[in-house]
Amino acid sequence: MDQVQWLLGLAVAIFAVGLLGVIVRRNLLVMLMCMELMLNGVNLSLVTFAHQMGEAVGAVLVFLIFVVATAEIAVAIPIVLLLVKRKGSLDLAAYTDLKG
Amino acid sequence: MIDALLARLDTLLMLVFGVGALGGAALMIVLREPMRVATALISTMVFLGGIYGLLGVHFIAAFQVLIYVGAVMVFMVYVIMLLDPRDPAIQRRFSRLLLPGVAGFALLIAALVAATWKVAPKPAAGAVEGFGLQQFAVAFLREYWLQFELTSVLLVAAIVAAVAVVRLNRRG
Repeated sequence: MDQVQWLLGLAVAIFAVGLLGVIVRRNLLVMLMCMELMLNGVNLSLVTFAHQMGEAVGAVLVFLIFVVATAEIAVAIPIVLLLVKRKGSLDLAAYTDLKG
Repeated sequence: MIDALLARLDTLLMLVFGVGALGGAALMIVLREPMRVATALISTMVFLGGIYGLLGVHFIAAFQVLIYVGAVMVFMVYVIMLLDPRDPAIQRRFSRLLLPGVAGFALLIAALVAATWKVAPKPAAGAVEGFGLQQFAVAFLREYWLQFELTSVLLVAAIVAAVAVVRLNRRG
């Protein structure tokens, strides 16, 4: 099997496992970490394509994704801390009133 | 025999790193304690960094370890230590969406694998084997300087947003 193909398969698998974690887990922090896992899967596919094409565009995009992931965590963590302070629980079931 | 093994060392290492990354990702779904989940995620990220290094994009591997493991995950571990991870409210590990989630997972894997398997992209004509930091830096500062500057704006906005969230809550 081609190396590119199985690296893309790995990226797909990591992305899908991250998505599964976001859907099935109940802990807020674990859900955040699963989102990071999804970003990692996307990064792997971008690096694979950049390596295959021999162009730096994919690597530039990966670098920008690193920055966006850092900004995302910097905003998400205070929100989670405040939500936990208010509700006293990390369980997703405590936040059903956020449905709207 | 050892010579043959050494010749295939790259492939072997990539296989080991790939299996390790996937194993860490699978553990994240199964493990209960957030700190163990964080450790599994860190191992997945380090394995992915190893794959990037084997592909010849060493600077992305360094960024992966420095930014993801060094900054994002340390932040996450701090938060786990700040909060009480053994939340008594969480009796069950999985939500009610477990069965639909697993079914959707299987469907997504099938659809994505079917899509990527058919059209395996061929390497561009004259594509160089990997690229170095120099090529990356030149492309970054000549063509993508605007995006680079915009990321600094994004980071400032994120910092202001984080401070605002905490301030507003204190006032409220």
